[in-house]
Amino acid sequence: MTTLRAALVLTAILGLSACSNPDRFGSGNPGDGMPFDPNAPGMNGAGDITSGVLDPASPEYFRQSVGDRVLFAVDQSTLNDAGRAALSAQAQWLQSNPGYTAIIEGHADEQGTREYNLALGARRAASARDYLVSQGVSSSRLRTVTYGKERPLEVCSTEACYAKNRRAVTVIAAGAALS
Amino acid sequence: MTLLRLLTPAILALSILGLGLPGAAQAQDGPLRIEITEGVIEPLPFALPTFIAENPEAQEWAQRISDVVAADLTGTGLFRRIPRDAFVTDVTEFTPSVTYANWKAINAQALITGAVNVSGDQINVKFRLFDVFSEAPLGEGLQFGGTSGSWRRLAHKVSDAVYSRITGETGYFDSRVVFVSEQGPKNERQKRLAVMDYDGANVQYLTDSSSIVLAPRFSPDGTRVLYTSYETGFPQIYEMNVGTVSRIPLQVPAESMTFAPRYAPDGRTVVFSASIGGNTDIYAVQPGDTPRQLTNAPSIETAPSYSPDGSQIVFESDRSGTPQLYIMPAGGGEPRRISNGAGRYGTPVWSPRGDLIAFTKQNAGRFHIGVMRTDGSEERLLTASFLDEGPTWAPNGRVIMFTRESAGAGGQPALFSVDVSGRNLTQVNTPNAASDPAWSPLLP
Repeated sequence: MTTLRAALVLTAILGLSACSNPDRFGSGNPGDGMPFDPNAPGMNGAGDITSGVLDPASPEYFRQSVGDRVLFAVDQSTLNDAGRAALSAQAQWLQSNPGYTAIIEGHADEQGTREYNLALGARRAASARDYLVSQGVSSSRLRTVTYGKERPLEVCSTEACYAKNRRAVTVIAAGAALS
Repeated sequence: MTLLRLLTPAILALSILGLGLPGAAQAQDGPLRIEITEGVIEPLPFALPTFIAENPEAQEWAQRISDVVAADLTGTGLFRRIPRDAFVTDVTEFTPSVTYANWKAINAQALITGAVNVSGDQINVKFRLFDVFSEAPLGEGLQFGGTSGSWRRLAHKVSDAVYSRITGETGYFDSRVVFVSEQGPKNERQKRLAVMDYDGANVQYLTDSSSIVLAPRFSPDGTRVLYTSYETGFPQIYEMNVGTVSRIPLQVPAESMTFAPRYAPDGRTVVFSASIGGNTDIYAVQPGDTPRQLTNAPSIETAPSYSPDGSQIVFESDRSGTPQLYIMPAGGGEPRRISNGAGRYGTPVWSPRGDLIAFTKQNAGRFHIGVMRTDGSEERLLTASFLDEGPTWAPNGRVIMFTRESAGAGGQPALFSVDVSGRNLTQVNTPNAASDPAWSPLLP
């Protein structure tokens, strides 16, 4: 458990860079599916880190522990069981933390034209948004944006990467409801 | 007729483009099957002695201008320059008559002579074109003048005149291309709007890299550019004045993300895609007006492009389950599907000649740039690669430029051009990786 906490603290710190990204897309920062090395220095679970536990009400906690994304099949924007489960957890967190708003980013893999993928990303973001709303999150707290194929998370040109790039990412933002 | 003899190879090439005769790829009867055959056409040999410098200041310019004219012509794949060391004689005077035998001897079918005169910052270029085998000038001598900063344009104007006289087609060399210049890794691409001459010279940047910018398009008069930018954090269309680089957001529907803009031939109306609540439809707007919705379907409707007469719009829709091409009246209305082959079709662009529609096709794991007639017949694929997309037409409708992106973690986009026949596939030189080209009209 201490190991996990230490890792979460570390990734939370590293993850801060995402907040200052001018393009504000939920990019692949450490912790986004990138396995950490439990044997790395400072992450050996020796129990010497006792402070800085990730606040369950923090956007970092949402990213790391709740899970900020859902994945889609090729050309699809319908949610599968895993996607619905992930969004239910997101909805719960958003209900428990009413001070936050969120932007849902829709992304596509590189197969497909730029313009079609923009439209497809918009569909995926809306699909995730609609599900969150169906779970009780006020639509006034949610906004969607499409990045099409402009911001892949993984850069290889095989299905292994494409599967991770076809995503909707819920990015938590502080502040009042979006207009 | 000897003129015909002179013109044979080039005219043959162009008539093939027009008629789909042997040499061009042809659609088959029956079940749709596409064969790409690259017709091999012998380029027309021309002699272009370095233009004569009429004063000492003109020496360097004469050399440069001659080189650009030769590069324009050979770059088409329709012409071949005869090297100077093959010449029987050189040209030392810019005269209306030449000794044809000297040029026949080296099999030059066309002879281009020229002279350059420099006065202060002013450059004047004169040229003559001769049909060697008919022993006659082809057209009058012509003269172009401008400042030294526009020397490449003067050269392109000479090339356009030569091309036009020999092929009977308008040229396309004195034109510009707006595109997206790209740098950085694939998952963190920095994109800037840029504009350059058609051949990659004179690159100017129109935006910095602080926001993602996508898919710029020229206005019909070449003075303005529509593009999509994320500067608000959301995709939104802007119109930029290329001269002043000032920009204004397009009037778009409320609560929408907008992209895929294109001008109507009137240069005022803009057609575009707007995503509202996850659904993307096509809208059109005139300056100062509210946008008008042209499609209304739960499917994706995007990538609209007007016919040159402005009466129709070709666009992409996945209403059938996969992206396909459709044509509707410019004011909206029942669309008819025109793409019928296997695979997915996108980014249709109407040819400035009105006869063809260029498109991106994705099939069996490959991307193609292709053309079809406006009724969907005679589909021909001109290219094939891991990722080709986003065709744009040269002002004369004979050449297509597009984005080709390589695969993998180090994948980079570049600009390529290809003849509408599928010949002469060439990379366009750009300083960095580049995507989303859009060709300007021929400059005035």
